[in-house]
Amino acid sequence: MFIDPHAHMISRVTDDYQRMAAAGVVAVIEPAFWLGQPRTHVGTYIDYLSSIVGFERFRASQFGIRHYCTIGLNSKEANNEELAEAVMEILPRFALKEGVVAIGEIGYDEQTELEDKYFRLQLELAKEVELPIMIHTPHRDKKRGTSRSMDVCEEHGVDPSMVVVDHNNEETVREVLDRGYWAAFSIYPSTKMGNARMVEILAGYGADRIMVDSACDWGISEPLGVAKTAKLALQRGIPVEHVRKVCYQNALDAYGQSGQMNEDDWLNPPAIDQRSVYEGNSILRGGREPIITDARDKDDLLIS
Amino acid sequence: MNTTATLLCDCLQESLSNEQWRWFESRRRLLNTDTSDQALHVTLGMIPRKMGRASISWTPTLEQTALTLCPDTRLSHWSVDTAARALVINDLANSGRHDFANTYANLCRTADLNEQISLYRATSLFEPDDALDTALGEGLRTSIQAVFEAIAHHNPYPQKAFDTHRWNHMVLKALFIDSTLHPIVGLEERSNPELAIILCDYAHERWAAGRAVTAELWRCVGPFATRDEQLADLHRALEDATPGSTQGALLALVNCPHPDALPEPLREKHSRTLADIGREKLTWDSWYKTYV
Repeated sequence: MFIDPHAHMISRVTDDYQRMAAAGVVAVIEPAFWLGQPRTHVGTYIDYLSSIVGFERFRASQFGIRHYCTIGLNSKEANNEELAEAVMEILPRFALKEGVVAIGEIGYDEQTELEDKYFRLQLELAKEVELPIMIHTPHRDKKRGTSRSMDVCEEHGVDPSMVVVDHNNEETVREVLDRGYWAAFSIYPSTKMGNARMVEILAGYGADRIMVDSACDWGISEPLGVAKTAKLALQRGIPVEHVRKVCYQNALDAYGQSGQMNEDDWLNPPAIDQRSVYEGNSILRGGREPIITDARDKDDLLIS
Repeated sequence: MNTTATLLCDCLQESLSNEQWRWFESRRRLLNTDTSDQALHVTLGMIPRKMGRASISWTPTLEQTALTLCPDTRLSHWSVDTAARALVINDLANSGRHDFANTYANLCRTADLNEQISLYRATSLFEPDDALDTALGEGLRTSIQAVFEAIAHHNPYPQKAFDTHRWNHMVLKALFIDSTLHPIVGLEERSNPELAIILCDYAHERWAAGRAVTAELWRCVGPFATRDEQLADLHRALEDATPGSTQGALLALVNCPHPDALPEPLREKHSRTLADIGREKLTWDSWYKTYV
């Protein structure tokens, strides 16, 4: 069983859900982010957030995958002040929806003043609604941006055990772990981590507070990032228990602090009745059963 | 509050701890005076966190009362969070706030899945209101079966409030998303000649594609099958190998006004099933229990 704690499923097709389910993914977390290009109206933001708390959960459930999400104003769009102000007003309403496991992904992109302002406001929101935080660390000036994100969390009195710092690499992992945060790694071709490098990190740092995600989205990315990393790690001698922690348990422990994500959700799903049929497999459009084959992915295991 | 809401309230109180009930009461009182969106959203959002999502517990007496007062609504299948949210929405509907329809539509637009179910199921408690038409139209357009059924099933609202066009499309959509017709309140009463034509067309599409046709739909066709081609469809359904098709077609044919609905050879061939229908051993109720 795997959890992919960072996957923008709204951009993926049903084939991806099918492959993920076949590879053993039981739950995904969909962080609110931009969509590859900036939104310009709060209305499109509302519809987007409604989708990830509603229809996307339903879509995932068709493949027996439990879908959770995080709610937030991302750092890129925080630079449009008019939009940002309007989005901040609607966030509290969405933060309390079912299956929302964190405020995120928030943090820095270019580390502008506006990004800083809305990052801080959302840290306060997270404290108020008692939710964990998912931090997006910047692609550019990453190392300093990562340190600064943690500094600001501490300035706002946020407990590091409530914060997942995402998109780590070899340069950032030490500090993130030393300061007591959860360290997530996105196995994303070309721009973030490759899984062979990931296995080296696991060999070096062990499995405590580390988690692996795919961050799959609208770009060239790999929804099987977690499953393939697990397989490669086992092949290269990482202990099973460590693989279980970084590909399943740590994500559950970190985001389970929201009270919105429990192992029972997929191990003992609620009885299919009038009020919860969408959580079972019986709610398929057209009455068609999903075909989840046992065929394992035959692609090359390496993601680099 | 109307009788259904009062009853629901009583049952909810039975199902909750004192602390939970006090929290719920305090939020309802607050919403009487605090008309901000924020207070409403927080209340609806906190309900499952504070009160849980268990089924309502019914005492035998209350369940009997429910069956007598509102047999169509099946309150005993509601969960605590759905009931609580529905009561909050019902308070709002009765508060006389002139913008209720707008607030309701707005809530539906940003609702998560369980909220959508609660919001739409809450209409069971409402009197017909044209201003809600757009929001309910949106709800019926969903592709999520549980949301659709929150409106369409065990809910007296559509029968009272929907015009013929919306009604017909709700029935047809139920078939399209693999839902069922029997739990639609007023299915027979609201059936009409146009629906019969639509359903026969639907059956032909399914037959052409080699897909099964549920015999449930003939229930809405039988009383209006006055044309020869409609009768031919019913007779075709008699021979259909889909389980329950023959029985369903016969149930429809005994209510069909066409003079050739059941000619002697057919009566003879299906004499046993027709006898079961005659002594009410086979009814749409029993058909539904057997074949769905």
